[in-house]
Amino acid sequence: MANITVNLKVWRQAGPKEQGQFKTYTVATDTDTSFLETLDILNEQLVEKGEEPIVFDHDCREGICGMCSLYINGHPHGPATGATTCQLYMRRFKDGETITVEPWRSAAFPVIKDLMVDRNAFDKIQQAGGYVSFNCGGAQDANALPISKEAADLAMDAASCIGCGACVAACKNGSAMLFVSAKVSQFALLPQGQIERARRARAMVKRMDELGFGNCTNTGACAAECPKNISLSNIARLNREFINAKIKD
Amino acid sequence: MAENKNITVDSKIPAGPVAEKWTNYKAHQKLVNPANKRRLDIIVVGTGLAGASAASTLAEMGFNVLNFNIQDSPRRAHSIAAQGGINAAKNYQNDGDSVYRLFYDTVKGGDYRAREANVYRLAEVANNIIDQCVAQGVPFAREYGGLLANRSFGGAQVSRTFYAKGQTGQQLLLGAYSSLNRQIELGKVKSYNRYEMHDVVMIDGRARGIIAKNLVTGKFERFAAHAVVIATGGYGNAFFLSTNAMACNCSAAMACYRKGAWFANPAYVQIHPTCIPVHGDKQSKLTLMSESLRNDGRIWVPKKLEDAKKLQEGTLKGSQIPEEDRDYYLERRYPAFGNLVPRDVASRAAKERCDKGFGVNNTGLAVFLDFSEAINRLGKDAVAQRYGNLFDMYEEITDVSPYEEPMMIYPAIHYTMGGIWVDYELQTSIKGLFAIGECNFSDHGANRLGASALMQGLADGYFVLPYTIQNYLSDQITVPHFQTNTPEFDEAEKQCIEAEQALLNIKGKRSVDSIHKELGHILWDLVGMARTKEGLEDALGKLKALRKEFESNLFVPGEAGNGMNVELDKAFRLKDFITMGELIAYDALNRNESCGGHFREEFQTEEGEAMRDDANYFYVACWNYEGDDNAEPTLIKEPLEYEAIKVQTRNYKS
Repeated sequence: MANITVNLKVWRQAGPKEQGQFKTYTVATDTDTSFLETLDILNEQLVEKGEEPIVFDHDCREGICGMCSLYINGHPHGPATGATTCQLYMRRFKDGETITVEPWRSAAFPVIKDLMVDRNAFDKIQQAGGYVSFNCGGAQDANALPISKEAADLAMDAASCIGCGACVAACKNGSAMLFVSAKVSQFALLPQGQIERARRARAMVKRMDELGFGNCTNTGACAAECPKNISLSNIARLNREFINAKIKD
Repeated sequence: MAENKNITVDSKIPAGPVAEKWTNYKAHQKLVNPANKRRLDIIVVGTGLAGASAASTLAEMGFNVLNFNIQDSPRRAHSIAAQGGINAAKNYQNDGDSVYRLFYDTVKGGDYRAREANVYRLAEVANNIIDQCVAQGVPFAREYGGLLANRSFGGAQVSRTFYAKGQTGQQLLLGAYSSLNRQIELGKVKSYNRYEMHDVVMIDGRARGIIAKNLVTGKFERFAAHAVVIATGGYGNAFFLSTNAMACNCSAAMACYRKGAWFANPAYVQIHPTCIPVHGDKQSKLTLMSESLRNDGRIWVPKKLEDAKKLQEGTLKGSQIPEEDRDYYLERRYPAFGNLVPRDVASRAAKERCDKGFGVNNTGLAVFLDFSEAINRLGKDAVAQRYGNLFDMYEEITDVSPYEEPMMIYPAIHYTMGGIWVDYELQTSIKGLFAIGECNFSDHGANRLGASALMQGLADGYFVLPYTIQNYLSDQITVPHFQTNTPEFDEAEKQCIEAEQALLNIKGKRSVDSIHKELGHILWDLVGMARTKEGLEDALGKLKALRKEFESNLFVPGEAGNGMNVELDKAFRLKDFITMGELIAYDALNRNESCGGHFREEFQTEEGEAMRDDANYFYVACWNYEGDDNAEPTLIKEPLEYEAIKVQTRNYKS
């Protein structure tokens, strides 16, 4: 472990309609401390001075809840690959380094305060069709429906999406295709999802378009920055699902 | 502590043999017909496994549901972080499992302090949960033949744990979230994101609504319903450092407690044996390494003190210590269960070795969890296939690869078995107020087995509460929708506003976190893994002083009621954590025995095993609030009655 001092250039914005600006703070931390814990230290210092702490979303701090966000040095979730901001440790940074910290920037994710954004649009897309429509109570025995290991594993890979929004933040078009394709793929790959397959693809894409997300130009920044390594091939599958659904119309 | 002997606790356990109670209950309970369900509103606070499954199922049945969560989406609830799996007695592995065996293992795992009838019901509906989740499209792990795979967890000699990689909680929660989304789209559930419950509103002795704070606007809002369901998780974060998420708190439960809901068995706190050790005072939380790792990982410390010393100084690595100099202490002490003993047993054994000086890291508070034997037996690829994501997470945090060097682990606060007291119907001691999931107390006794939290959360939400709540609601069908402009709501909101203002008015010098860390130290040192009478009395004194410090020297910046104020929200929760800490200490002091997660050093066998006192403590300790946080709570006893299982000393040795 080594003690280091870093300069955090942080986006401060008092509210959704306020003008925001960068403010730079110097913080002493160490290489075994996480990036969010370093923000905690900074916030303690701000509170001690009677200033308002920096607002940022975070919760589980083990990379699974999808609550943390942050655009760090130009990358969603910072420089590490396959990890969320909460799993980022200060050993990734140099002593004296200036680290730029911004919120997700996307029309569909308005800033609430400082580094916190409103990702409710993601819930709304899921509400349009991210489920199998059946009521609790009537399910058959779980092993009555054999599913190939390959299909189950691929569905699991797609279902690993944590809904953090890094894909949208990374995309120059602000597209939510990787997010939508992960859920559509999970159900397209599994027998449980077949009956509503076409309806689901149509409904989720329609809702995505209505909510102000951009179009996909297959740049692949989303998959490159995804903390859960959701594959770009899911987008190909979504396109296929959507076209098939339209043909059926 | 004063005991109130005038109250006879009615846990409403149905008559008949334990295996028939739930069937009999369902056959005779009162129901609400479909047309009347539409007239009834239910508040569900929380969207974890219990809250989301209850909200969606109640809505599917036709009730109007108002559902609240503290984060920006229902999908973030901390159930999502559960790694290992979910138990069910499917016996798909043909290894002799049955509903009775799951029931028996859970009661025994809980050190014979759970309510028998509740546990049997839990084991009974566990199979339905797996069916339900598969129908939802939860991608459980499968064998090449297409059938579901299982693995083993602590406290069982069968493979009954279903899993989805190391992300079972995530997949189960997203399953419940998907059902919830369908009901939100259909308009049957109204979802309130970034809301925190501050109080429960009582009208004529019944729970009829809540006051919740909109965390974005900072304003309080009023919500009324025919029944209120609390699904707000446990109180582990009272200890500051735990495996819980940052926002996990016990304030909703404390609000219910202050309104008269009994709090049961608060001393039963689970300390999970396999967490990444504490590394410094800047740390904000502890990270769990799944119990599933104990399927293939072997736990050890050096046999020789001089080796331990070198490990602590950093001049020796675990991999350099030869096989004959390693002490696989769990395999040595508990040959029948080995590394898969229950969590409380494994945690205490780790503490015992470290207390004797055999700890393996610079703080002396760590033991090894070693995969070298598994890598030799199965190959690196097979081990990576099973545990790859956990190994990556470990390496990201510690900068050490578990493929090269054994993991270092140490016990940490993880789950709370205690919680709001509920009867068989999951109703609290307040009429119309229900508690489900981790926030109630009922099913795990003094210790929870691995992969049983997911089982209980979903059992309560999908299969138990949606039935039992109807028994309460059946005579509410003529009660019209409630208005929120009543004196009861006025008064409740006024108190919430005044409480926040009081926190801002202290204008002292200390931050919320600095006081919270101090609380954590008191609880971990004196009310943690090993407790004594003197230590607990000391803790109660220190907690009183800490409350004074909080009330006189806290500093919260900003203002109330005008936008987001994160420090104010944390201060609100901390106040309740202090009260919660005292409650844990009172209960631990009262219970002069060791059982499960509650270990009193005075009460142990010569071999260091927990020593129960069934003659005097075979009861659920229910604590009643006495009108003031500074007043001692009074004790009400619910005697336990076992019909099916013979109460005996827990044995994992043979």
